[in-house]
Amino acid sequence: MAANEKLIEVDDLSVKFATPDGEVTAVNGLSFGLERGQTFGIVGESGSGKSQSMLALMGLLAINGRASGRALFNGEDLLSMPANLLNRIRGNRIAMIFQDPMTSLNPYLTVERQMTEVLELHKGLTRRSALTLAISTLEQVRIPDAARRIRMYPHEFSGGMRQRIMIAMALLCQPDLLIADEPTTALDVTVQAQTMALLRDLQRDFGTAIILITHDLGVVAGLCDQVMVLYGGRIMEQGSAESIFYRPTHPYTLGLLGAVPKLDHEGERLLAIPGVPPNMAHLPAGCPFSERCTFATERCATERPALTPFGPQGDVLRACHREVIEIAREAERVLP
Amino acid sequence: MSDEREQVREPLLSVRDLHVDFKVRGEGLLAHKRTLKAVNGVSFDLYPGETLGIVGESGCGKSTLARAILNLIPATAGKVVWMGRDMSGAAPADWQQVRRSVQMVFQDPLASLNPRMNVARIIGEPLRTHRPDMAQAEVLARVKAMLVKVGLNESQLYRYPHEFSGGQCQRIGIARALILEPKLIVCDEPVSALDVSIQAQIINLLKDLQKEMQLALVFIAHDLAVVKHVSQRILVMYLGRTMELADKRNLYADPKHPYTRALLSAVPLADPRLERGKVIQMLSGDLPSPIDPPSGCVFRTRCPHAFDRCAAEVPPLKAINEHTQAACWLY
Repeated sequence: MAANEKLIEVDDLSVKFATPDGEVTAVNGLSFGLERGQTFGIVGESGSGKSQSMLALMGLLAINGRASGRALFNGEDLLSMPANLLNRIRGNRIAMIFQDPMTSLNPYLTVERQMTEVLELHKGLTRRSALTLAISTLEQVRIPDAARRIRMYPHEFSGGMRQRIMIAMALLCQPDLLIADEPTTALDVTVQAQTMALLRDLQRDFGTAIILITHDLGVVAGLCDQVMVLYGGRIMEQGSAESIFYRPTHPYTLGLLGAVPKLDHEGERLLAIPGVPPNMAHLPAGCPFSERCTFATERCATERPALTPFGPQGDVLRACHREVIEIAREAERVLP
Repeated sequence: MSDEREQVREPLLSVRDLHVDFKVRGEGLLAHKRTLKAVNGVSFDLYPGETLGIVGESGCGKSTLARAILNLIPATAGKVVWMGRDMSGAAPADWQQVRRSVQMVFQDPLASLNPRMNVARIIGEPLRTHRPDMAQAEVLARVKAMLVKVGLNESQLYRYPHEFSGGQCQRIGIARALILEPKLIVCDEPVSALDVSIQAQIINLLKDLQKEMQLALVFIAHDLAVVKHVSQRILVMYLGRTMELADKRNLYADPKHPYTRALLSAVPLADPRLERGKVIQMLSGDLPSPIDPPSGCVFRTRCPHAFDRCAAEVPPLKAINEHTQAACWLY
């Protein structure tokens, strides 16, 4: 594979669910690409479609869900691949870690059984050599006394350790791509800091590409190169972490940045985004954020803004009818 | 300023050396019962209109402390003094009186509302319990007024909890807590289940209502940035004990206890240059078991500054300057 070729290239990914109330589009027209060793952040609030888009890539949508578009991984389309071929990739070349480590580990099996199974299946290792590799992977994620602990059951570990076991399981086959869905949300801050440092080290050592799904802008700021901001299943803005945090061009990005309570600034009032989260079954015809947007005009409610490039290199994508200069002026006023 | 406050005003609530123990089964057959000290000698004062933030990681005893203050979990030892009245050994009827002035807001907004009651009944229930003689029309009028105050509207009066989003459910929970016009609200992680944009709405609402109604708040959260935003003073807990109790400005600008420092440095900042450039004081190891806490200072097994004395003696909480108290042998 050429160096400048993308590891994964997603084009026009949509996810639709058949519900008793009709078809609901959870994800609408996502496109992005990721190179080896890069970290791509997907930011959004509940119901923005960030998890569903990744489950679609892994072929893990609920039975009433259907994905369309293309997702080329090393040139092969994950979305049209039959399950038996997909099984050779997921857990092996692409691994996923989930928010809740307790419900993602099998409570009936020891950690050893769960870890060696992966290696026996994907790498054809014997039980004995799989065990050796599993123990050394646990040591890498700093599980103390791994050789003994591997024989324990998930409930015997603390939350932070369980999350590290999940990460170790995901890394067993040294995947090219790691999809992490809110990997630190259920963890305490000190454990979160340990986990983030761990992800950073692993990426440096193995060149793993990471797609990081989170609602925590602090986690994004610490890890991501590129960031995509989702609302109501659509891309609002996409660009480098620098541009998203320091030069937001979309009112929703600006709203998110203003709503986060900050440790390093003294502010009397938080800039809350008015209104309630979107009802995915009844999105406005225009921009999904228009109902809550302080910049919205009549046009925003009726006509959907296209995702268009902006900036000197055109490296920021934004979907908004309003001029960038208006958002920038407001950003200068409200952000510290 | 803090001196003036103490001279002029009586504390609304004084907690002195509060202990809450749980008996748990030991490991193995015929094992002795063991004691888990969930709250271990916590003391603080809360003044009218003030917000005390309580922070700490899971299992540090912050929620148990909140419940013990309200006698929802019985305290094993120590004193809770409510408006000058010592509540030790108080009868259930006495607590019932206190609860008119102290209400609680919970973490899970949907689970804390009865799914079979509509909004009018949920918000009106405290009035029906504590003011049974109040006329129906008066109850309804107050419920309506409160609904508007928390940012909902009258058309939502006869809807059920499942019809609302998480943020709206939390507004209903707040309305229910405020309907008796309490003096103190204990908020246990009131915003941690909410999205950032909604979280900001609820924090702003709580602060506005606090100003308007002269409320005191005990605000429990694990998110230090949120706590900073609402509190005047902050209590940092670890394994049931107070590590540091300080005015907000001092705690964040000049944290004294090594645990507070580690906590603060671990919070990720929403600013790539700062976040990538900062040095994190990574804590080694995991939280010790609360059934078998370390001797001496409970934090010593993970403390980068620990020395001999820390294992031998429990450090008392003592004043380091006029704004900060810390329990650490470094001072």
